[in-house]
Amino acid sequence: MAAQGGGIDPIHQFEIQPIVPIEIGALDLSFTNSSLWMVIAAVITTALLTLSMRGRALVPGRWQSIAEMLYLVVANMVRDNVGSEGRKYFPFIFTLFMFLLIGNVQGMIPGSFTFTSHLIVNFALAAVIFVAVTVIGIMRHGAHFLRLFFPEGAPLWTAVILVPIELVSYLSRPISLSVRLFANMLVGHTLLKVMAGFVLLMGVFGVVPLAVLVGITALEFLVAILQAYVFTILTCIYLHDAIHLH
Amino acid sequence: MTNRPDEQDAKPPASSGATFEERLRKAKARHDVGTKGPGRGGRLNSRGMGVGFRIAVEMIAALAVGIGIGIGLDKWWGTTPWMMILFFILGSGAAFVNVIRVAQAYDRQVKAEKEAQMGDGGKKG
Repeated sequence: MAAQGGGIDPIHQFEIQPIVPIEIGALDLSFTNSSLWMVIAAVITTALLTLSMRGRALVPGRWQSIAEMLYLVVANMVRDNVGSEGRKYFPFIFTLFMFLLIGNVQGMIPGSFTFTSHLIVNFALAAVIFVAVTVIGIMRHGAHFLRLFFPEGAPLWTAVILVPIELVSYLSRPISLSVRLFANMLVGHTLLKVMAGFVLLMGVFGVVPLAVLVGITALEFLVAILQAYVFTILTCIYLHDAIHLH
Repeated sequence: MTNRPDEQDAKPPASSGATFEERLRKAKARHDVGTKGPGRGGRLNSRGMGVGFRIAVEMIAALAVGIGIGIGLDKWWGTTPWMMILFFILGSGAAFVNVIRVAQAYDRQVKAEKEAQMGDGGKKG
């Protein structure tokens, strides 16, 4: 049976394995399977958007439709959530969306590596967004940006309590942003592996978890797309807060 | 890859009869509607489980940040455990603030969706 000798290990898929070991001093800068799949995601994104738009047809074909649809989804998201000032940040938000979308979806290929299932990857993205949004807010509003931490109209003495609370709430943004994506991907992929393990263990009755597995796989595709969308829309909302101060 | 005009002929050049200025003005108006407010204009994970999960993550994140700051300040100032206790309370407050914000956004969205549905029903009926 496959269960012996570590045949079924739902966590194994998240292991980072160096492909090209590079060590500079004490730093381990190896090119890992995670980096490999990130490069693949970037290549797929670039190929999808440039090759499909090569024709520049007035009436789009299938591939061009895909590229235009993706563009429109993000463009509308930025316009609705940030407003017209947000248009100059569109390239970043679109890149972010495509990177996460392709990263999540390519994780559904059996044997691939889902780099969004590692907290540090998402946290790095979220931290960049957090710092960028804060800098944008301070650049646009100067010291007035601090109003974000104190609701208008509240009595002044409540600042003692409200400002620290708002500050902690603000600082928790990159964590909640990254943990949400990480937890969704981790849980989904572990669940798939565990269910697949049941199929092997239960023999003939494995048909039952197999049926469940089909449903979960469909759900995972939905989650993969939805979480990329949620991550991006929350970035837009944070940008809105920084630009308009509520 | 072939382009078949009979398949995807959804968008004819809009209002080609109007002058360029007019069309430009219209396009600008369409772009400068401003924001509809955070969380509007898109479904923000409106399934029940998604909202529940979001709330859980927001709470944990705020608490974790609060406790983290508390422990950090304690180490720095040597005031163990007082800062941790203080920031635990503040973190709980922040957690509730976060949850209330998520709930408010969710409420607004549900209301907007209902209104949209009612509007459609009114047109039909």
